[in-house]
Amino acid sequence: MNRRLILGIAKSMLLARWRQTLVAAVGVTFSIAMFITLLSFMNGLNDMLDSLILNRTPHVRLYNQVKPSENQPVNMATEYQDSYNFISSVKAGITRQEIYNSGPIMQAVKADDRVLGAAPKLTAQVFFNEGTIDITGVINGVDVEEESRLFNFQDYVTSGNAIDARNVANSIILGKGLADILVADLGDVVQVTTAQGERFPLKVVGYFQSGIQEYDKVQCYASIATTQKLLGKPANYMTDIQVKLHDLNQAPAVAREYAQLFGIDAEDIQTANAQFETGSNIRSLISYAVGVTLLVVAGFGIFNILNMMIYEKMDSIAILKATGFSGRDVNRIFLLIAMSIGFFGGMVGLVFGFIFSVIIDNIPFNTAALPTIETYPINYSPVFYLIGGSFSLITTYLAGFFPARKASKVDPVEIIRGK
Amino acid sequence: MQEVILEARNINKEFHDPVTVQVLRDITFTVNKGEFVSVMGKSGCGKSTLLYILSTMDTDYSGELHIDKELMTGRPDAELARIRNEKIGFVFQFHYLLNEFTVLRNVMLPGMKLGRYSEQEVEHRALERLKMLGIEQLASQSAYRISGGEKQRVAIARALINDPHIIMGDEPTGNLDKRNSDIVFDIFKELTEVHNQTLLIVTHDPEFAENSNRIIEMEDGRIIRH
Repeated sequence: MNRRLILGIAKSMLLARWRQTLVAAVGVTFSIAMFITLLSFMNGLNDMLDSLILNRTPHVRLYNQVKPSENQPVNMATEYQDSYNFISSVKAGITRQEIYNSGPIMQAVKADDRVLGAAPKLTAQVFFNEGTIDITGVINGVDVEEESRLFNFQDYVTSGNAIDARNVANSIILGKGLADILVADLGDVVQVTTAQGERFPLKVVGYFQSGIQEYDKVQCYASIATTQKLLGKPANYMTDIQVKLHDLNQAPAVAREYAQLFGIDAEDIQTANAQFETGSNIRSLISYAVGVTLLVVAGFGIFNILNMMIYEKMDSIAILKATGFSGRDVNRIFLLIAMSIGFFGGMVGLVFGFIFSVIIDNIPFNTAALPTIETYPINYSPVFYLIGGSFSLITTYLAGFFPARKASKVDPVEIIRGK
Repeated sequence: MQEVILEARNINKEFHDPVTVQVLRDITFTVNKGEFVSVMGKSGCGKSTLLYILSTMDTDYSGELHIDKELMTGRPDAELARIRNEKIGFVFQFHYLLNEFTVLRNVMLPGMKLGRYSEQEVEHRALERLKMLGIEQLASQSAYRISGGEKQRVAIARALINDPHIIMGDEPTGNLDKRNSDIVFDIFKELTEVHNQTLLIVTHDPEFAENSNRIIEMEDGRIIRH
């Protein structure tokens, strides 16, 4: 009974001054809508930039690092065991880049429950011969089907067909930048010289565009067999095994485990791309800061309007108290007014935020650097809506708290005597 | 022996700002059920101050106050608010109606707060009281659309809604013209004679006071006649 009565009084007071109420609510609506839009857009951008690198980066990369032996012979000799040995000009030994035992390792990795898939890779340093000029390049030999499945390879092949790299013998997919330098059209044949000095003609079956120009000027793709042939290596030769996991966050642990298990170098995605995480975090931080600032400003608006309302309603507060409403009842009435402004303003704000996000999501965004993106990216995570909704309630509660307390402390005798 | 509704024992009150002034000195009196008491006195003699103490709204005094044979002094605010709601009706010089509500809702408000009856019953009782005061046709009007005399009558209806033990008035006719004053006075008279309602009214209208049952006259914070 009491609760309904207080609700009724709060409602009447709100509606009696509906213009003021509307202004306060619009403030909340605006800030919540902006908060949602900003966060959705920012995070959409973050996701896009991350995916630019992260989607194509293996979660764990297994390889053999060419490096000097950590256990130099002098340290093993018994007579020098207790001395401190200085060795200068240490060179790498005859370590090969090849992964030993690649077949069984691939099998073991693919059998792991945590692993979504694994794709072999080998890289060859080559020169592209354009008349008298040699242009350096890197040919990545990949398993085209697995590469497409795990790392969206086909999305980045902008002309030609990715699978042709496997189906057409002695074929190559050129980076777009490199193709421009070589003036190589689809179907043309380019001359390639390997580091060993052997010369090969390769047929261009596609262009590859990653979105990072410097990368596209150097990187090319070919099937694993073609690359092995190029290097004069047998069919089990590979330099990298790229592993994609079900859960990205397990990468460091899995990398450590594989390094120990296979006696191999393993690098996880977090170590390889630490800077991306930092960038994303800072962008999120900035958008949260702007959003919260907007809400605080809206909160001050509500605070002002409630303060004014309380001065206007002094008489009403006095008579309510005289006729038996306690300070707590009055406090509740004004808190309720503040919270309903926050609630309804916030709700409408969430809806508007969603509408703005959809609008942004439909604005065309075509850039040569990002072949897979057609409209501005938006992240529709419900978390933002949850945060926005609860923030609107919290700020309006705080904005209503002090005016409501003031109202509850009004001394009816002072008001009534003053008349 | 008549039933005592309100009893004040040795009530003293001082104002401390800007200098200490004693406004009430040793006020002791009782009001019996069904009495129509006026409190008279010149401006500044402390009669309004006394009324606010008796109404439990002002708790800063020394002495004892009993309403309905219960000690009010020293009780917490929330409890006093409940007692005011249940046992005391107020009529002030200014009507203090809530402009956001209709006349009917204004009258119903203390009844709804008390929560003794359902909403329909409270509404019925409010209409009954409006009818008794001859203003039932105004029930659905907004409170700010009616005349000053009508507003005061609505305020009286509001004071009556919970069948209070006592109605306290602070110059209830102070803002009204002769005709409306007479109407309000006749209502009070009828309340005490027909409904045996206890009334304690502060006034400085001698004619109003003369026509009541009993006059308490105050001067310089003391009761000089009662």
